[in-house]
Amino acid sequence: MSTTAETTETATKGFGGVQARSGAAINASRISIRNLEFFYGDNRALKGIDFEIPDRQVTGMIGPSGCGKSTLLRVLNRMYSLYPGQRATGEVLLDGENVIAPDADLNALRAKVGMVFQKPTPFPMTIYENIAFGIRLHEKLSKSQMDERIEWALTRAAIWDEVKDRLDASALGLSGGQQQRLCIARTIAVRPEVILFDEPTSALDPISTLKIEELIDELKRDFTLVIVTHNMQQAARCADQVAFFYLGELIEVAPAVQMFTAPKHAKTQEYITGRFG
Amino acid sequence: MSITIGAGIHPGPRKDLKVAAALGRRRRRMDAIVRILGLVAMLVGLAFLASILLTLAYRGSEAMGLSIFTRVTAPPGSEGGLLNPIVGSLIQAALGTAIGTPVGMLVGTYLAEYARGSKFGNLVRFVSDILLSAPSILIGLFVYTILVMPFGGFSGWAGVAALAIIVIPVVVRTTEDMLSLIPNTLREAVIGLGAPKWKMIVFVCWKSAMSGIITGILLAVARVAGETAPLLFTSLGNNAWSVDLTKPMASLPVTIYAYAGSPFEDWIGLAWAGALLITLGVLGLNILARSVLRGRK
Repeated sequence: MSTTAETTETATKGFGGVQARSGAAINASRISIRNLEFFYGDNRALKGIDFEIPDRQVTGMIGPSGCGKSTLLRVLNRMYSLYPGQRATGEVLLDGENVIAPDADLNALRAKVGMVFQKPTPFPMTIYENIAFGIRLHEKLSKSQMDERIEWALTRAAIWDEVKDRLDASALGLSGGQQQRLCIARTIAVRPEVILFDEPTSALDPISTLKIEELIDELKRDFTLVIVTHNMQQAARCADQVAFFYLGELIEVAPAVQMFTAPKHAKTQEYITGRFG
Repeated sequence: MSITIGAGIHPGPRKDLKVAAALGRRRRRMDAIVRILGLVAMLVGLAFLASILLTLAYRGSEAMGLSIFTRVTAPPGSEGGLLNPIVGSLIQAALGTAIGTPVGMLVGTYLAEYARGSKFGNLVRFVSDILLSAPSILIGLFVYTILVMPFGGFSGWAGVAALAIIVIPVVVRTTEDMLSLIPNTLREAVIGLGAPKWKMIVFVCWKSAMSGIITGILLAVARVAGETAPLLFTSLGNNAWSVDLTKPMASLPVTIYAYAGSPFEDWIGLAWAGALLITLGVLGLNILARSVLRGRK
């Protein structure tokens, strides 16, 4: 992209003290969303969304409560299919396959598109079993391969040093921040291609938040990341591309630096400068 | 809004300290009255309970002895014990629970995990709740007509069936309640890893709810251990030693019922001892249930 040099220069002059990361070019698309509509019963929650999610970069989704950003996230791994009455139309293409097609293999899709939730969701079992659970769903590994994979996942999630001596202890005894990193480890242990983060730090203290953000920065070398956040600073710190949603519509999508320095739409500017939302 | 908070301007008349003091006195008077009423109600309730328990402990321990656990029931005056009713009760309560628990757990799981908000689910829940509060003598009569009359006689199996029917709705209720307490995000986390729904239920939901479900099962055991009415029409009672489930089988509550109404001193003593045994058993199960529930933390 030719705007790279220019956006890097303006990176320090963000609105409302928000500073975006130095802009890198946006990569080729990994997920293509075409004319996506979403319905909770008769209520239309997403309206004609067209949107590309770049490969191995962080896409931040921002917008006021009820704007549809979490809804879109839950379309990407078909989480909404758990609930009767929720449906989507349009196309969401991942590796050339339409994710929202009725005949899509949901378990295979979810192995490919992992998700981390707002509140940590450790399973009621040991730390080791928490990670092994997801792996066993999709692979048959020997004990040594399993140990190796679990160490790898916990290391990638920056929690190995804290738990390596108590892998047989219950995961419920970890602190909130540790639990969230355990959940990230559990997600990457399945070796997905895409990881969805639904406000992953809104229940955590600032230090845990920082750790998760550093982790997100590190993970994007190998994974395509999508993060929903209410925190503008977080979007600016973590994301390469930012999408702003309002009332079920995608108002604007742009490289993070451009979004926080020169948004094209008045609505976007009002939101990121804190005038509503 | 034009009211400025904290600027010393309030709407309405000025605060009158005398009125405030009078209102305070009234409030304290009402508090004292309600507190005394509550205390009296508690004392009345506890007095009855203590009277029952103390009488039971006194009369029961008088008749209690090792021979109760070593001798079978015998005619009055011939130094019988309660061995066959004790063993009969244990067998019937254990089998009834063993049969009723899986059925109840599966129904409760269906209601909590598969039938949320569905019409059929609501119907099943409604029927189960009716069964939960149905008089147990009706359940005894029901089993009498389907298992005793057609097969030509009272049997231990009929007693087991009646107790299992009593266990089912208790376990349905606790299973559904405990599963409903699990946050949906935990379910989504399992599904989000690509797990099929049955693995989510078996490996995560049941595991999370297990201490609550076990508590419910223990309370169900405590309930069936003391049931008389459903056994009167099903396993009937048996004065001889028998562990054959196809024959009539003795049980503690039915034996207590028969002995307590008899004119014989030694039988009445045995009834007291049996009542004390059941009470201690139910008390033990309740304490166990509470400690399991507390152990969850």
